[in-house]
Amino acid sequence: MSRPEEIAPPELFYNSKESKKYTENSRVQYIQYVMTKRSLELLNLKDSSFILDIGCGSCLSGEIISSASEEVNAGMNHYWTGLDISPDMLEQAIIRKEEEKFNTNDDSDDEANENIGGLRNGDMMLHDMGQGIPFRAGSFDAAISISAIQWLFNKDNNNQDPIKRIKRFFESLYSALTKNGKFVAQFYPANDDQIDTFLQIAKQTGFSGGLVIDHPESKKNKKYYLVLSCGTMSSNDANDGDNLNLNGAAMDSTNIHDRKELKKKRGNGMLESKKSFIMRKKELMKKRGRDVRGDSKYTGRKRRDRF
Amino acid sequence: MKLLTTNFIKCSVKACESSNKSFPLKYSNDCQLELNFEDDDEIVQSSYEFLIGILDKIEWEALLKVCQDLGNNDLPPNKPVLNEDVSNLNDNEKLILKQLFNLLVNTEIVEGSMSCDSCEHIYQIKNGIPNLLLPPHLS
Repeated sequence: MSRPEEIAPPELFYNSKESKKYTENSRVQYIQYVMTKRSLELLNLKDSSFILDIGCGSCLSGEIISSASEEVNAGMNHYWTGLDISPDMLEQAIIRKEEEKFNTNDDSDDEANENIGGLRNGDMMLHDMGQGIPFRAGSFDAAISISAIQWLFNKDNNNQDPIKRIKRFFESLYSALTKNGKFVAQFYPANDDQIDTFLQIAKQTGFSGGLVIDHPESKKNKKYYLVLSCGTMSSNDANDGDNLNLNGAAMDSTNIHDRKELKKKRGNGMLESKKSFIMRKKELMKKRGRDVRGDSKYTGRKRRDRF
Repeated sequence: MKLLTTNFIKCSVKACESSNKSFPLKYSNDCQLELNFEDDDEIVQSSYEFLIGILDKIEWEALLKVCQDLGNNDLPPNKPVLNEDVSNLNDNEKLILKQLFNLLVNTEIVEGSMSCDSCEHIYQIKNGIPNLLLPPHLS
């Protein structure tokens, strides 16, 4: 899989051509839609809130945050503020906003819900999240970030220290959120160390929470969500009104370490047997829903030597 | 940029964090304002819950100052007090909410600039989008 993070800095990678491609691609739109919906589900908001969208891009996510026709938003009308570093992405957002205005003026009494929410509920800003979140204490009820915070690991020039930038990001975010503020960020980690770094720094800052992995068995659809809360959070009463909704979530930071250990073992020359390798792969394929032959006593056995 | 946002945004320079002059930012008097969308009661009504919630967080002093910068001196000197229950609003409260909606959500700063009183850095606003990026020596 290609990683745009390795190609160029975000403000250069998402130039006008790339931004347009990204915004108009129906597959990207669909993926963003699914992830934003899932993040809102995890946030579990109960009242109309003021939300910060970090790395909003062309506001594909913002549109869903304030969309009144989504089930997760039933009865609520959220307002949001988006930050992004790419001017071209924001330009796409302005274009989409104008289109929305035009469309709703056209057929205003089509459906009641269509007039409420959408991009008009949002505000956009050109900003680099690594420089800190420039809002006064207690501004936002929640923050959301879709496919953005992995960019913090980029070191695009000599003055930038990724760790310092991540620290500044989490510290300023912590203060910009209200007392019971919540933050859900979907991101694409390049390796397990990046996940650990995020979790560690978030913990140092004062956040509580952890990592949620969706579709852990799939390579392509695996999604990482950093789920943090400013107040204390107990996973026992996940259904409690104010808490994050962790239904169906696997909070498995242990899983990561298991895998790390396994990798280490394999790396150290302690090779697993051929049979266990085959069994592991079969298990994985079964989880991914492929057709897998059943196990028998012959599975993974060597064939008889022919003379 | 919505007028609502001016009540939350502060200077992003790290050195200004401890200074109480970094909020609110000062808006230049050549700022152009625009009404975002048509007057629509349905939209206003759907925003009641949000407005009541946000009114709690708004610093009225700062809002007064920003409005003064932008040439509006008609705001009441004290924050209006509203009933918390959305379903139980009287006509007067509804009118206040509508005015708040027009002021905070409907009004957008389209062009202009804002500056920090503490470090005097000037942030430009173009096409309704403020540029908060800092030059290398400030970040």
